[in-house]
Amino acid sequence: MAPLLLIAPCLLFLGVLFLIPLVQTIALAFQVHGAWSLENFNTMSGDLNFHDAIVDTFAIVAIAVPLQLVLALAMAMMLRGLRRGRDIVLWIWSIPLGISDLAAGLVWLAILTDQGFLNTILFHLGVVSGPVSWLSYETPTALLIGIAVAELWRATAIVLVILVSGVQMLPKEYNEAADVFGASPWTRFTRITLPLLKPTIQTALILRTVLAFEMFAIVQAIGGRNFPVIVGEAFTWQYTNQDFGVAAAYAVVIMLISLGATLVYLRVLRTPREQLG
Amino acid sequence: MKRQLYLTGVLALCAWTLVPIYFLALGALGGRDLVNTFPKPFWPGSASFTTIRDFLAIDGVAAATLVSVETACLTMLFALLLGLPAGYALARFSFPGSGLFRLLILLTRAFPVAILALPLTVGFIRLGLYDTPLGVSLLHTALALPFAVLVSSSLFQAVPRELEEAAWVFGCSKFEAARRVVLPLALPGIAAIAIFAFVISWNEVFAGAVLTVRHRTLTAYLLTVLSESPLHVQFAGGFVLILPTIAFIYAVRKHLFAMWGISNR
Repeated sequence: MAPLLLIAPCLLFLGVLFLIPLVQTIALAFQVHGAWSLENFNTMSGDLNFHDAIVDTFAIVAIAVPLQLVLALAMAMMLRGLRRGRDIVLWIWSIPLGISDLAAGLVWLAILTDQGFLNTILFHLGVVSGPVSWLSYETPTALLIGIAVAELWRATAIVLVILVSGVQMLPKEYNEAADVFGASPWTRFTRITLPLLKPTIQTALILRTVLAFEMFAIVQAIGGRNFPVIVGEAFTWQYTNQDFGVAAAYAVVIMLISLGATLVYLRVLRTPREQLG
Repeated sequence: MKRQLYLTGVLALCAWTLVPIYFLALGALGGRDLVNTFPKPFWPGSASFTTIRDFLAIDGVAAATLVSVETACLTMLFALLLGLPAGYALARFSFPGSGLFRLLILLTRAFPVAILALPLTVGFIRLGLYDTPLGVSLLHTALALPFAVLVSSSLFQAVPRELEEAAWVFGCSKFEAARRVVLPLALPGIAAIAIFAFVISWNEVFAGAVLTVRHRTLTAYLLTVLSESPLHVQFAGGFVLILPTIAFIYAVRKHLFAMWGISNR
């Protein structure tokens, strides 16, 4: 009886704040003036920004998430070789973890804006002769790269932290054995570390991908509505247009994408039961 | 040679993390004059905190900061009050459904904030919670609670059961034993949970922006004035947002990994 009493408040709270909004959002999305209808979804898909928002969101996720995984893996491996100063390096590398996506967007706005630090560096290198605009709707590729770089900068830390905690739990014996048999560092990495890390990588990818699809403020700060994303559109419909139904329709789309991505990772990266340590 | 290349790589990645923050700091401290300077200097010239001071003096900023702090403190409180008992239950008892409960907690992270925040607008207006720090903090608690439960359960697991049993032998009630023996030992970790809950709330943008209108959180305030305020004001705002979190990450750095290690399972 005691454990149930202890978890009851927590369970009740999560029930009220997850289940009820979930049901309500779905109801909002599929109802217009109290009657069931798909009109909200029609309005949504008929909107000028809808197509761009879907394409842009997927583009950023497809570019940023794999790069984050590769970079975080490299960082986690580099940490293993560090003798002194590991703590301080790890602290510096995890700083972006505490930085909100809005602040991260402003950081990169300071760098990428017309008269910003990127153009200053390019100016000193003789590449440009004056301020160049990178973030306007006329330069969609530069804008996409800029936002992808900002995402890479901000959210690699969370992947790193998850991977480092996974690396810490790996048994040392396999690597030592491989070392004795003369396996090169690269072989040891691809044949031993990577397969053992698979469950950790799965966790990191699920969490990171779900959060990447929610990307919103970082884009708002850098590109404004020059670069529509799904959550940004949900916000605009809710806040600016005051059309809660269409906003809810967008929320349902994000949820379906998140769930879909989670299922794909669970399936593709599953570890057979006999391999579980 | 190889070692040097390796250390250069480590330093380069440190620079990749820190230099962008430095640039924002330059932009925030340089003020209006620096915004229109090109090429920009890489060193603070007549850097002063006037921009930051001006930013804090803008109508609404101080109030928004206060709302943010209030919301984050409430979130911290709720996450601990609801999360610690549940974490303790997971650590100390085996009960039917404990696996399901753990799974449920993990599942909450797959849900986007948008799907939670949007319908709550209507419900909160009805309950009088709309546009209040309390209302926003309830939603932030939903985001921070899963962390609090999972991390505290791993913390409590690390406290030897024997210590608690010894306290029972000496006549402590179960509650008293948990409070006077387990809690002090787990305190550093609990502080980390509290800080993490604070940061989650402090940084959250979407719910804050949707659920407030006049009593904005700092992130919500910044988001809604993005298009109309001059760049140096935006940079100052970003800098104010970042500064406390750097210290927070330093404070919880030892617990970051325990946190994620356990949520992997």
